[in-house]
Amino acid sequence: MTSVKTAPSAIEISGLSKWYGTMQVLHDIDLTVAQGERLVICGPSGSGKSTLIRTINALEGFEQGVIKVAGIALTRDQAVVEDVRRRVGMVFQQFNLFPHLTVLENCALPLRLVRSLSAAEARDRAMHYLSKVHIPEQALKYPAQLSGGQQQRVAIARAVAMQPEVMLFDEPTSALDPEMVKEVLDVMVGLAEEGMTMAVVTHEMGFARQVADRVIFMDGGRIVEQGPPTTFFTAPKNERTQAFLQQVLH
Amino acid sequence: MHFRDNIDYPPMLTRPAVFFPLLTAIFVSLWWFGAGNSAIGRLVLGLVPMAEGNPLNLATAAFVTALVGFNIFVVMRLALRQQVWLVWGELAALILLFFYSFDLSFAFIQRKIGFLITQGLVTTLYISAVSIVIATVLALMGAVAKLSSNGIAQGIAHFYTSLFRGLPLLMQIYMIYLGLPQLGYVVDAVPTGIAALSLCYGAYMTEIFRAGIESIPKGQWEAARALGMRPISVMTRIILPQSMRVIIPPTGNQFISMLKDSSLVSVVGVWELMYLARTQGQTEFRHIEMMVTASLIYWLMSIVLELLQKRIETHFNKAATR
Repeated sequence: MTSVKTAPSAIEISGLSKWYGTMQVLHDIDLTVAQGERLVICGPSGSGKSTLIRTINALEGFEQGVIKVAGIALTRDQAVVEDVRRRVGMVFQQFNLFPHLTVLENCALPLRLVRSLSAAEARDRAMHYLSKVHIPEQALKYPAQLSGGQQQRVAIARAVAMQPEVMLFDEPTSALDPEMVKEVLDVMVGLAEEGMTMAVVTHEMGFARQVADRVIFMDGGRIVEQGPPTTFFTAPKNERTQAFLQQVLH
Repeated sequence: MHFRDNIDYPPMLTRPAVFFPLLTAIFVSLWWFGAGNSAIGRLVLGLVPMAEGNPLNLATAAFVTALVGFNIFVVMRLALRQQVWLVWGELAALILLFFYSFDLSFAFIQRKIGFLITQGLVTTLYISAVSIVIATVLALMGAVAKLSSNGIAQGIAHFYTSLFRGLPLLMQIYMIYLGLPQLGYVVDAVPTGIAALSLCYGAYMTEIFRAGIESIPKGQWEAARALGMRPISVMTRIILPQSMRVIIPPTGNQFISMLKDSSLVSVVGVWELMYLARTQGQTEFRHIEMMVTASLIYWLMSIVLELLQKRIETHFNKAATR
């Protein structure tokens, strides 16, 4: 498999196919994400981009293919699934904070349950990451008392506090009011600058230009086109990519 | 500022257009039904001697109407919390007055109440408390089984809720007490009661728990799983605490209902509150004394459960709304 010297790719997907009943939603996808790489996935709704990244941490099953995270191949074995999920952080469109826990508890509880930290250690680490997303002063509030942008920043802090090797973002700004998009994107840019491996499903093409090493365009469950942002945005080859970019770049 | 479609649309009773017709209706109906023949009529007769019949009916109707009118007048001027408590207290007083009108022998009650409590109440509480715990465990298992993707577990859970919600509780008690011995298992009366109550209420509560768990959005499960939590942690730390807001109110209902349904266990001769209430009065033909006493004890216990439910609800509501 991998030699001792070269670390395995962060994510390695080969021959991935998925069906909902008789409808095939992913067609034989091959995708490798190197460590430290920032990948942006875009495409029209229903193109399979969310489904693709949700298969990486086993929130969605799949019928054919192999998914490896940090060299570990996903199986049905619960222990393997949990191991993979502990290496992969995820941020959702709808934030999915736990409404019955305070902001601090949202970040600290998973650390205690999953990373086996003591209460004090968990609290300290949670506060550290809440400071990094600029909301330590909201730590004792409940999610419902925060704005959408603040909630999404907490969700990012909660995921990053687990110190994952890869971060997945599933349309993290799509449910936000326009004036809150920037504060969330700024946090994500900061994360990218620290060298976090990221796979981001988004329509924020400005973010893609600024941060991405590679942009992927998906349509109909297939990867239609990919390349570095400079060539992807200036000279898209596929006409479906061209049509899509024309719609979102205004 | 009140709008017409607000649920708190103004104290209707403060409006003369409602207040006076209401009082008139009370007065006329009291008069019509001959209020003078009642206990209150006798009270009025004691205060002001007068001819019985129509004059007394009129006077009694006027007395009660004035009392009601004055009461509304006073209550409407209090703060909301005081209003609630005062009205509650007045209605409670009326019920007690109703019992008092039975002309009960308090000496008899005093003689028997000790036994009613040390034997009857203790047994009732013991049976109910154990059944509540077992029913909760059964309900949790039933709900998880129904929501699982395991066909065998689902089949068992569906059959369980269907059977034990479908048979009368009384029948379940008989079937355990009289039916199981046919298979060679003789079950004592108290375990029979506990088993029947647990199984029956576990079946009802399975549905409550299932609905509670299903009320939690899919994203909560996904977020917890994505963080790498083990399935048991996801359930106990994320899903169930949130479900409690939905589960607690109907479960409180079930517990109160179970407390009183434990009286059905008296049919197999358990010396719980209802059984003693029926048997203790027999010797001196003072059934009603014991029934009233037992009723009040049941009511007091239900009030304790109500208050408990309220506390737990407040606890699980602290995160406000989502």
